[in-house]
Amino acid sequence: MVIGSVVAADDVLARAQAAAAAVLDPELPVLTIADLGVLRSVEVTADGTVVVTITPTYSGCPAMDAIRTDLLTAVRASGAERVEVVTVLSPAWTTDWISADGRDALLRFGIAPPGPARDRAAGQGSGPVFVPFSARPVDVPACPRCSSIRSTEISRFGSTACKSQWVCADCREPFDHMKAI
Amino acid sequence: MTADPVAASIPPLATYALRLGDDALVLSHRLAEWVTNAPQLEEDVALANIGLDLLGQARTLLTYAGEVEGAGRSEDDLAYLRDEREFLNVHLVEAPNGDFAVSMARQLFFSTFQLALLQRLVSSTDPTLAGLAGKAVKEVDYHRDHAAQWVLRLGDGTEISHARMQAGVDRMWPYVDELFLGDEVDDAVAGQGAGVDPALLRPEWDAYLDAVLDEATLTRPEGLRRPPGGGRRGVHTTAMGHLVAEMQHQHRSHPGASW
Repeated sequence: MVIGSVVAADDVLARAQAAAAAVLDPELPVLTIADLGVLRSVEVTADGTVVVTITPTYSGCPAMDAIRTDLLTAVRASGAERVEVVTVLSPAWTTDWISADGRDALLRFGIAPPGPARDRAAGQGSGPVFVPFSARPVDVPACPRCSSIRSTEISRFGSTACKSQWVCADCREPFDHMKAI
Repeated sequence: MTADPVAASIPPLATYALRLGDDALVLSHRLAEWVTNAPQLEEDVALANIGLDLLGQARTLLTYAGEVEGAGRSEDDLAYLRDEREFLNVHLVEAPNGDFAVSMARQLFFSTFQLALLQRLVSSTDPTLAGLAGKAVKEVDYHRDHAAQWVLRLGDGTEISHARMQAGVDRMWPYVDELFLGDEVDDAVAGQGAGVDPALLRPEWDAYLDAVLDEATLTRPEGLRRPPGGGRRGVHTTAMGHLVAEMQHQHRSHPGASW
């Protein structure tokens, strides 16, 4: 893609931003890392180095190494000579950062997108003890195939840490749901 | 005579991070042993995912411990090239898996402890520990819920499942006290506002455990104790040497290999 013939600093930044934002999540190849909220920033330092900052979805997310490699390749291909990828843990990633486009893409891919994240884990431990048997409030996701809301959770952990497994009571199909965190 | 891994001139913050990292690393190894052996396919997947969360936390903590120590040790050096006496995890996480109920009792005990700890570390004065805690607190909230649901389901299930769940709780109970034993490392790190005195977490742990055990119709063990401690200073149970051997075998057999 040719954006312009004059490579100014702003141009390098704009191209790097576009290239970084277009990198796909290797586990969910319908979603860009920008839509997922994994891409936090793209900046150019005084010496012209492009610094891309990302944050993992989960501590053990095995896709991070692949994302880092893909970012280096994509941003270099956009014309940047020096590229660094920095990983930050804070602020912690939340599914609330997934864009509207990202949610649509998940749904088309057969994954029920997450509802709003609750800040349920952030207490200082002085709050009331949960009554454990009334399992945590779970937003029942609509079936990504038939839109029925009559679905049942099979397991809170799915094919990856970020998903849970559900089955639809109407179309009877199992499906993944991205958990709100 | 083995040098005391704590007494050496290592910054307390490095030892503190290493202890928490070793807890996560060793428990992730035990959880990985369940893969292909769990009672349901969904549980293979769930336990693998919980183990992966812990492994991710361990990587951050071991990397950080190596940085603070300043001796140039990477996360891999710390995970694969230390001997048994240099691991600083509590005995609870190294204990053999036992049957599924034993492992679920351990998951409940450890994740309840870990969640209470992480909820405080979120406001640590140390940015790395605070950042790690901010992520991990969301993950461990799910781990604790997973364990609590199984303990309830088995405890308040059939006569057989109840008996096995009670046996699981009894089996892991003697390891609990060690979780809350602080020492001079905890004091030093807590004094800086970076860490937490583990003794402070006990009332909350007791309250949650009492609520789950009560709902699960299980009995809180009394008098089941063993002399606690040792793990935080590198003194381990017999099980640990076998675990370390299996965990490190591949890496030590092929030094420096990459793929």
